[in-house]
Formats: sequence, structure tokens, C-alpha cells
Amino acid sequence: MAPFKAHSVLPGFNLALGFTLLYLSLLVLIPLSSLFFKTAILGWDGFWEVATGDRVLASLRVTFVASFAAAVLNAIFGLIVAWVLVRYTFPGKRIVDALVDLPFALPTAVAGITLAMLYAPNGWIGQYFAEHNIKIAYTPLGIVVALTFIGLPFVVRTVQPVLADVEVEIEEAAASLGASRWDVFRRVIFPSIYPALLTGFALAFARSIGEYGSVIFIAGNMPFISEIAPLLIVAKLEQYDYAGATAIALVMLIISFTLLLAINGLQWWSNRREIR
Amino acid sequence: MSSSHQLINNRKIATHESKAVTLVLITVALFYLLLFLGIPLFAVFYEALGKGWALYWAALQDPDAWSAIELTLIAAAIAVPANLVFGVAAAWAIAKFEFRGKSVLITLIDLPFAVSPVVSGLIYVLLFGAQGWFGPWLQEHDIKLIFAVPGIVLVTIFVTFPFIARELIPLMQAQGKEEEEAAISLGASGWQTFWRVTVPNIKWGLLYGVILCNARAMGEFGAVSVVSGHIRGMTNTIPLHVEILYNEYNFVAAFSVASLLALLALVTLLAKSIVEFKVMNNGSRLPHGETE
Repeated sequence: MAPFKAHSVLPGFNLALGFTLLYLSLLVLIPLSSLFFKTAILGWDGFWEVATGDRVLASLRVTFVASFAAAVLNAIFGLIVAWVLVRYTFPGKRIVDALVDLPFALPTAVAGITLAMLYAPNGWIGQYFAEHNIKIAYTPLGIVVALTFIGLPFVVRTVQPVLADVEVEIEEAAASLGASRWDVFRRVIFPSIYPALLTGFALAFARSIGEYGSVIFIAGNMPFISEIAPLLIVAKLEQYDYAGATAIALVMLIISFTLLLAINGLQWWSNRREIR
Repeated sequence: MSSSHQLINNRKIATHESKAVTLVLITVALFYLLLFLGIPLFAVFYEALGKGWALYWAALQDPDAWSAIELTLIAAAIAVPANLVFGVAAAWAIAKFEFRGKSVLITLIDLPFAVSPVVSGLIYVLLFGAQGWFGPWLQEHDIKLIFAVPGIVLVTIFVTFPFIARELIPLMQAQGKEEEEAAISLGASGWQTFWRVTVPNIKWGLLYGVILCNARAMGEFGAVSVVSGHIRGMTNTIPLHVEILYNEYNFVAAFSVASLLALLALVTLLAKSIVEFKVMNNGSRLPHGETE
């Protein structure tokens, strides 16, 4: 059997790894495991009853549909933004590029109250939709707006470096063989950026599933209509229904882990294609 | 002659979009960013200052606002250094040594990013809350973690856990271990090697991680909200204070306090761009793990 660790002249392995494992266990693994133990007390039947309750299923559906819609929007417009930032020059481009990361840096509560105000029926943006009898804030559409904001940087930042690496020589070769610009994009450029696009989509989607702060201000939070799953956890906690809150949290945790594995797989696939 | 002319024309058409398409794409991209980023950012400051400086200052001078600012600074001042030490230790073990289970360890470090903020708060309530595992023991000894400052610090550490490690691990892996091995074989001690060889090599990546970690630590809402108990002047951080003011329809005050966080976001973006610029000019690189 191979030894646990390969020989090295460098010191500090035991200290560094020991500290890493201790810190990881105390702060992440033990707290996370409490979710499983608490649910175990509830029993399988109890868990199933909570997890498949009407209100829980409705909140999961709202969360999924809104996250998917927001991730699709970001995939389409994120690709255009990445393209524009990589391929064109225009005044102020560097500031625009830096601003793309705003949703990573701006606290979610600030985003939440600002978007709620802007998209309210009398808000700067909401009033134009109100004229056509479309309500955005305090409806599921508002959730999509908040999640689009939260997920905006993901597709741009995953596609940007890959698009920058696409070799112009290949495009020139395709063009000189008579391909039109659209053909070159469709047959040469798109296939090489498509794994990155999918990864960015999945990252935005995964982030949206758990999002709380930016959504609750704009959603209206009507049970069965615009109540997201994380909010339902908070609602159960406020009623001291710890078991119920834990059961929903476990469902969400399993969904998140599945997405994390899928994203790791996508990234592996994407890297492999890049190397080829 | 005409055929070669046509070929050049063809190439020109097929390696660049027409002027019209370029213009349309730039317009669409800028409109999208304006709608979702530019207007909201402007609106925060407009709502904060729109009713005049007097109201703005009044909102910031409120004692509850001050205690929220203080608590946010305390939480970040503990969480960021703690995760910095952890990030360096984890990156040293993972990047400089070969051992089994390494990829599992890397995945586990990323776990907190996959967990919803609300769930992050909940797991600490399950551990330390009145009904939690350690709840009875803590009550016996009169220690309060949940609905108190220590709980806020703990969840802040949890949600910012991976930031610095995930910047440093790929960076140190890419740098390899030859320089450290050379230093050791020339007789340097372990700590000397670390401070004089490793730290200068990773300083920009380190700073980059600290900037991102700090922004999240000061801005976290969901997780902190679950463990805070919302006791005004006691366990409110800046984002929670914003929520309370907003829910009381005190919009000017809410946006005034929110503008502090928006300023923090702008400073974060600026610092991040400066680090990226420095790194680009130094010819060294940052592995872009900035996916969260």
C-alpha cells in the first residue's frame, strides 16, 4: 500500500495539515453534520412528511423556476457582455469590466432594498411596466430580477478567459475557406466556449437556489406564489419548528451538493477540452 | 487581381462583425449592465442623499447605526484573520506536499460556498441554540452564543471560510516548491523559508483573497440574520440595521446606512482592480478562482 504522504524535504506538513483539518472539522464539518442528526431524530417518515408538504414543494418550485429563468437570462446577456469586453474596445471599458463584479461586492440586503424600490409600481423602472399592467416587485418576476442581479458575474467571468484564448488563426482559416462570420461563430467559436458557458450557467443557478437577502425584499413573500425555500426555513425557525426547518434545509443541502458535483464535472470537462 | 481582392474582402467580413452588428452588441451589453448594475448603484446614493445631507448625517449618527458599524467591524476583524491563517495553512499543506485524499480536502474546503446562507445560520443554531446539542451545557455555564455576538462571528467565519484558501491553493500549486526546497537545502529554517520565500511570492494573491473575504464578511445578511436575534444596538450588523430601517419605512435612513455598504463595495472593486493590474504588470499571475 502506498504511504499516506510522499517524502519531502519541506517542513511544516503535520502542523499545516493538522491545523487545516481541525479548523475544517470544528467550523464546517461538525456544524453541517448537525443537520443530518437533527433530521435523523425526526425519522424518515417525519422528514418525508415535511419535505413533501404542499407549502414546501411550492417554495422549492418557486426557487427553481426563478433561478432557472435568471440563469438563462444571464447566459444569454452574459455571453454578449463577455464577447463585447473581449473583442471590442470602447471608452470606459475598464470601468465597465470592473463593475461586472459589483454583485459579488455589494451586500445582498442593499441589492434587495434597491431593486425593490426601483421595480415597485411607482419606482424608476417599475413605472414603465406598470403602464402596461405588469407588476414586477412583490411578484415572482421580482424574484427573477433579484436573482439575475446576483448571478450576473458568473457567466461573464467564466466565458471571458476562454473567449480570450480562442485562437484568431483558426477563425481566419475558417474565414479564408469561405465561412461566413455567423458560420465561424456557430461552428468554430461557440463550440470552444460552450463548456464555459454551461459552467457559468450552473454556477449562477446554484448561487440563486440558496439566495435569501436580495430576494426577500422584492418578492412579496406570498406563500405558494412568491415564497422561496430559504425564507420558509426562516419562517419555520421563527415558529420554533426546528425539525421542520432542518428538514427543508437538508433538502436544500442535498440539492446544493448535487449541483456542486455537477459543476466540478463540468469544469473538468471544460478544462479537458481547453487542453485539447 | 479581382479574385485576390475578393479574398481579402471575404477575410475582412469573416473575421470581424460588420459595424452595425458591433454597435448593436455593445449597445445591448451596456444597456444590460446599466439596467442591472449602473442604475441600482446610482439609486442607492440618490435615495440616501436625495433629501439632503442633514437627514443623511442624522441617519449615520444614530447610536444604533454606530453600534451596528462597530459589530460589523468586530466580526470582520476576527473572521478575516482567522480565515487568513487557515487559508495559508491549507494551501501550504495542499500545494507543497503530496498526500492521499487531497482532492477530497479541496472539495470540503469549498463546501461553505455551496450552502445557502440561511442554512449556514441554521446549523449553528442547531449546535449552540437553546434546543441545540450544546444548548443545555452552555445555559448551565451561562454562555450565550446564539442571538449574541459570538454566534455572529462564527457564522461570518463559516460563510467566508473558502475565500482566501481558494485563491492561495491554485496560486501556490502553480508556483511549485523548488524555491522553498532550495532555501531549506541552503540551511534556512522552516519559518525563514516561509516568510522570506513563500510570502513574497503569494502576497498579491493573499491580498486579493483578503479583499474578497472582507467584503463578504461585512456584507453577509442571511446567515447573520438567522443567529442574530435582531436586538437593536446589541446584535445588529450594518446589513441587519438596513433591513430594520427599511421595514420601518424609514427609507432615507435605510439607504443612508446602505450607502456605506455600497461605498465598501466600490472600494472593494477598486482594490481588486488595482491588485489585478499590479499582478498583470509584474508578469506574475492570479489564478482566477473568483467564481463565488
